Amino acid sequence: MNLESLYQELILDHYKNPLHKGLVSPADASVHHVNPSCGDEVDLNLTIRDGEIQSVSWDGVGCSISQASTSVMSDLVQGRTVDEASQVIDAFMEVMQSKGSTTGDESLLGDAVAFAGVSKYPARIKCALLGWMAFKDALVQLGGYRTKGSGEAK
Amino acid sequence: MPLDVARIKKDFPILARTVRNEHPLVYLDSAATSQKPVAVMKAESDFYSQHNAAVHRGAHLLAEEATDAYEGAREAVARFIGAKSDEVIFTKSATESLNLLAYSWGNAPSNSRFHLAPGDVIVLSEAEHHANLIPWQELARRSGAILRWFGVDDEGRIDLSNIDSIIDSRTKIVAITHQSNVTGAITPLTSIVAAARSHNALIVLDACQSAPHFAIDVKELEVDFLAFSGHKMVGPTGIGILWGREELLAEMPPFLFGGSMVTAVTMEGASYAAPPKRFEAGVPNMAQAVGLHAAIDYLNAVGMGQIHEHEVALTEYALSGLSSIAGVGIVGPTEIKDRGGVLSFTVEGIHPHDVGQGLDDLGIAVRTGHHCAWPLMKRMGVVATTRASLYLYNEKSDVDALLLGIEKVQSFFGSKGIGR
Repeated sequence: MNLESLYQELILDHYKNPLHKGLVSPADASVHHVNPSCGDEVDLNLTIRDGEIQSVSWDGVGCSISQASTSVMSDLVQGRTVDEASQVIDAFMEVMQSKGSTTGDESLLGDAVAFAGVSKYPARIKCALLGWMAFKDALVQLGGYRTKGSGEAK
Repeated sequence: MPLDVARIKKDFPILARTVRNEHPLVYLDSAATSQKPVAVMKAESDFYSQHNAAVHRGAHLLAEEATDAYEGAREAVARFIGAKSDEVIFTKSATESLNLLAYSWGNAPSNSRFHLAPGDVIVLSEAEHHANLIPWQELARRSGAILRWFGVDDEGRIDLSNIDSIIDSRTKIVAITHQSNVTGAITPLTSIVAAARSHNALIVLDACQSAPHFAIDVKELEVDFLAFSGHKMVGPTGIGILWGREELLAEMPPFLFGGSMVTAVTMEGASYAAPPKRFEAGVPNMAQAVGLHAAIDYLNAVGMGQIHEHEVALTEYALSGLSSIAGVGIVGPTEIKDRGGVLSFTVEGIHPHDVGQGLDDLGIAVRTGHHCAWPLMKRMGVVATTRASLYLYNEKSDVDALLLGIEKVQSFFGSKGIGR
């Protein structure tokens, strides 16, 4: 089965044992995102202190890809500066839009490179992005998200 | 006589192709859209290559031929559902058909029987597809009318126990599905129609999941309006049907305005043509109507009765197969009585999207998600399901592939510690 390349061990491990799942309150920003094509949902709480991601926590229901991707993301950005976190988001988006042509920069994306295979399945990209878009939205709400190189809040 | 499915399959070229990993296609998503036989594609193509012209206009031969072909399609639809030709309106989709009603009635003046006053009631069911839900929500919002709905039981069957308090003297419209696109449950129409009739309410039937699968006669159904789409009945996309009783259509205000739907126009105003033209503004989807005619001819040649029998037998086979796989739960009636060939299910511990992905890997095309019926999903206690849906070109081997596929998906994820 080609499923092996899509459902890598790392992805399924995160699905089985998700990190930072369970909302931590209070938070500076709380967002709720839904994937309208399948009904999957994620709630995400974000707290920023002195320009650093102090806490990302989440809860949700969804497929293995969406749950694992949210888990990987939440662990990846924890403790990063908002600028670094923005870069990570941009890099992940780029991989997701690549139709399988890039695997992504592991030094930046860490475990998230495991999701590169998802970009070959257009119907699943939204699954992989669900938690990421929630995180980006929370960052934007707090004025933290910065586009690549501009240094300006988007 | 059983259907010669092997022969039917040959009429659908797409069913001969391979998909992921060179697997032959096992198409089990006809409730979303059906595949098309060569005859339908050829009819559409012939229209463009031989007869293309704007219908109902033009003094030339092509315009005449195009008009004949288009009106011929209308007659074929009328015969297909036991209606009169002028009662058949072509739209772009069943969704548009239902919106046409909701907007037309929203435009009705206060002395019209279609006018809704604040406090009037629109009755729906919890099993509705969004297309037969949201247009009515919006009409209620615009008019001040109130929505009421039938609930469903744990198998997704419409619960009629409180019918007398749902359909009452304030009820103006009852808009209901004929067969659920999620559970396959067929609506018990008789008592709903009787209750609606006794209160003089209009009855709208969403026949998207029924008209392609068994013979329908609007006189027998005793409803007032019927909506369905061409693409789910081996016809082209871009063509929907709205049938309405002629005396009702005659009183209805138009929805879309423009060319073709008028009798006279000045700079100040216009007067409107009789139905069906009143409801067909603009150059219609002609080639698609012609393709639909070919689709109806195709279905009739096979025989709607035989298609139905074939699907009943296949659905029974699928129900028993699905029930025998540990961890698989059917979302919908588990008995064949009053249900069609739409089979929603869950696989314990594995999200429907992951099930669908695993099946796709084996060449099996199913639908996953909420099937545009969020309230029903909520009632059934699921966020999403995997849905296999059957049609005349499916056979036991397709169902076997599905059943084996589910087991393979279970063992793939099971080996990773997911699911059973």
